[in-house]
Amino acid sequence: MNQIATLISLAVFASVPLWLQDPYLLNALITTGIFIIGAMSLNLLLGFTGQLSLGHIAFFGIGAYVSALTSLGFDVGIVGDFHIVHVPWPPIVGFVLAIVISGFCGYLVGRLSFSVRGAYFVIVTISFAEVVRLVALNWVELTQGPLALTNIPSITVGLPGLGYLVLKTKLQNYYLVLAVAAAAYFLISRLVHSHFGRAMRGLMENETLAVAVGIDVTKTLTLAAVISAGIAGAAGSLYAHYIRIIDPDVFAFINTVTMVIMVVSGGKGSLAGPVVGGVIFGLLPVFLRPVMPPEAQWITYGGVLILILFVLPKGIVPSLAPRLGLSRAKGNKAVKVTERTAGERA
Amino acid sequence: MAETVLSIEHVGVQFGGLVALSDLDFTVGEGQIVSLIGPNGAGKTTAFNVMTGFLDPTEGMVKYRGAVLNGLKPHEIADLGLIRTFQRTSVFPRDTVFDNVLIGLHRQGKLGLVEAILGLPRARASERAQRERAAELVRWIGLEARANDLAGSLSYGEQRLVGVALALAAQPSMLLLDEPVSGMNASETHTFVQLIRNIRDRGVTILLVEHDMPMVMSVSDRIVVLNYGRIIAAGAPETIRNDPAVIEAYLGQGAKRA
Repeated sequence: MNQIATLISLAVFASVPLWLQDPYLLNALITTGIFIIGAMSLNLLLGFTGQLSLGHIAFFGIGAYVSALTSLGFDVGIVGDFHIVHVPWPPIVGFVLAIVISGFCGYLVGRLSFSVRGAYFVIVTISFAEVVRLVALNWVELTQGPLALTNIPSITVGLPGLGYLVLKTKLQNYYLVLAVAAAAYFLISRLVHSHFGRAMRGLMENETLAVAVGIDVTKTLTLAAVISAGIAGAAGSLYAHYIRIIDPDVFAFINTVTMVIMVVSGGKGSLAGPVVGGVIFGLLPVFLRPVMPPEAQWITYGGVLILILFVLPKGIVPSLAPRLGLSRAKGNKAVKVTERTAGERA
Repeated sequence: MAETVLSIEHVGVQFGGLVALSDLDFTVGEGQIVSLIGPNGAGKTTAFNVMTGFLDPTEGMVKYRGAVLNGLKPHEIADLGLIRTFQRTSVFPRDTVFDNVLIGLHRQGKLGLVEAILGLPRARASERAQRERAAELVRWIGLEARANDLAGSLSYGEQRLVGVALALAAQPSMLLLDEPVSGMNASETHTFVQLIRNIRDRGVTILLVEHDMPMVMSVSDRIVVLNYGRIIAAGAPETIRNDPAVIEAYLGQGAKRA
């Protein structure tokens, strides 16, 4: 049931460009999609391990900068005449490097903060994002600082011998984002339903007991942080190659808050939560803009958020899915197995 | 005399100036059921915490099958096959009974990350094996009717059973049970005693902390009595029952009735 709903949703998303030609709306959908990927990665930490990363945009921004710099090339002086010169590589390599380097940053932050956790993790992640923002702002030689990195090439896909395709149009980028989002969704879904995911759930619910049955806290949480940061880095890379200009404002705290809002309103700890919350809060400003002045837009935005959390405190998906018959029937398989093994015995 | 599996050697624990345990020294033999008893605050749970890595002893050492446990983390001790249950927080409350046991099976699922994510045949086989094992354990513990209920919604006694099932899922060679029958009625306790014996017959050594005297007397091979962090007596149930120091410190008139 749940899988069918997922496939239908995917089909609906895939069909959108067929009936929606408006480039402005398509653009809004692409940027929303990119943020939904970020929100999904945040949900892996917040919803499935209970760790709140309030600097999540750092991984997104690092992905954006790594990918942009890889495809633009740079020439940075280190000491005296010693320069590191990087010749531009294809953007797709930047995309991969963005995932790897963001994931590595996730590992560092995880290792540093998971031995203490809780509020400390929140503080470490906020500080980390701020430090990275300051580096991006002040290391002008590498990042152009506030002047921004411009002319970032679009992502090119293709195979040697088969020809290449530069993903320049909105339509192409829409499908690129959709493909990456689907891959991220699939990855997270497999992860949380594996024994790694059960270890995360166990830690979140009852850490003492989880540890006593042999679950390694630091390893499990660090794994979640690495994958989460890697996915956020992928989203950042898509952002850089789609918008084609990035400046240190990408690290703004409000971007993290947007992701948190998407996750919490949609339902943390539910796979579809960030998608539902993301669609609502990603597109809400687009629909409010023509009908009300800017101040009222933000008031409405906040009002909708409060309303959702007031009426559906667990988030939209966890509250509504059971009523629609879409909830993951927990332990369904258990019954089957029990019946079968019982049958075998009899 | 059975071969020693767990030995507690001159263990002392101090919290600041408070001596929680001093010179705790006893052993548990292979396949035995040993009980650790004593009045409230005698240091029983502290002793458990030391044995399972939740607390570092101030002095002395704990050895399990030759390996020194001092300084190991709880999950590393669990990997050695020494698994404990808890007095109060014995389940994952927001998961079903079945999923609780699946989480307990964590140690059995040593799969690579990539395998698990791609759902390769080996990963699927391992997942299936874990689910079957979990179903088997849920049935063995007698909770199949409750398999799909949230563990947090179960009665106290049933939660204890879930706690034992998920500890067994971790495939212990020795099980430490912290007051497993507190909150159970007489018939539940009786069933539980049978369960403990069954577990022992499957080759699992058991160390028990318990208040319920009749239960301790009926199930234990040996009893170690603590008071104010020290051992005041140790031996077979018969010896303990008649030991004047124990009667004075702890058992009072209840022992004679038991």
